[in-house]
Amino acid sequence: MSDVTLHAITVLGHDRPGIIAETTDKLAGLGLNLEDSTMTLLRGHFAMMLVCEGAAPDAEIEQALAPLTADGSLTVTVREVPTEHVEAGDGTAWVLSVHGADRPGIVSAVAAVVAGAGGNITDLTTRLAGDLYLLVAEVDLPAGADVAAVEGELTRVAADLGVGVSLHPADADEL
Amino acid sequence: MVVNTRVLEWAETDLGVAGEVREVVRAPAAVLSTLGETVDPTSPDVVRLAADLVATMRVSPGCVGLAAPQVGVGAKVFCVDVSEHPKTRGHHGTFVLCNAEVVSGSRNEKAREGCMSVPDFTGDVKRPSRIVVRGWLPGTGEEVELEAEAFEARALQHEIDHCDGLLFLDRAAGAHAVYARKTYL
Repeated sequence: MSDVTLHAITVLGHDRPGIIAETTDKLAGLGLNLEDSTMTLLRGHFAMMLVCEGAAPDAEIEQALAPLTADGSLTVTVREVPTEHVEAGDGTAWVLSVHGADRPGIVSAVAAVVAGAGGNITDLTTRLAGDLYLLVAEVDLPAGADVAAVEGELTRVAADLGVGVSLHPADADEL
Repeated sequence: MVVNTRVLEWAETDLGVAGEVREVVRAPAAVLSTLGETVDPTSPDVVRLAADLVATMRVSPGCVGLAAPQVGVGAKVFCVDVSEHPKTRGHHGTFVLCNAEVVSGSRNEKAREGCMSVPDFTGDVKRPSRIVVRGWLPGTGEEVELEAEAFEARALQHEIDHCDGLLFLDRAAGAHAVYARKTYL
């Protein structure tokens, strides 16, 4: 059994100053170490997802965070998760952009093309501003993937949806 | 960088027509995602379009370039003027190019771009900071090739992208490289 205990924690709800300060203060008080996290606003709602490491049991963490949920404006979840071993793949990294008039089904149609090619979406952000819908995703395609075919299928699906799509390499400049 | 004096000396008065301010269209307008048509730089319609682009750029706060698709015309024509921008190094003043293309580029740099046609977002885009661009001047139809660097190079590539039906959103550096705009020009 691993000697590292990880907890996945989410905090969602009405935004106000102090949520991050209060949440992380409680976690620090339990000796938990914040590892990966993302905290943002989704159409004005506060959203925090994080994985932290420490021996405190889930029930104790939930109890410590309970004051956040007392007025009903925030929802908190705590769940122990196993350590994931991320393998360095030999595939290729891409950035996928989709934008156009908003309509239901854009993300699902585009994600289906990526999944159909054996690709893995490792990060994805969508934004809606007025009628403009924007999706930007980071995609790992498996080694030997027919990128031109994936691009062609994305273009076909995007045309059906009336949106534009582009796929370009996520090249990093090594320094 | 060697400045092309012919382009530097060019002024919108050379067009001989007074430009009219046109309405700037916003994404998701289809024309912004459509490959622009190659034009005849000597045609009166193109000369008028060139004058209108400059006139519209002039009245738009902070605008350093405007491409035909942004005024609803799917054509490869754009204007640029980065001369007043603080990030500018070398520049060619105000000019309009037709059917322009990037011949070569080097020294990639990432910077945050905004666009009048995408008023609610900005985004990080990596582009060459030194480029050679070839195009045709409207009116006389002379072919010109110019070297551009830094902010002028970025503006030129942004406008050439518009003429090819691409927005900066198509070149976002990653899933967290697009931002909600908090201040408007």
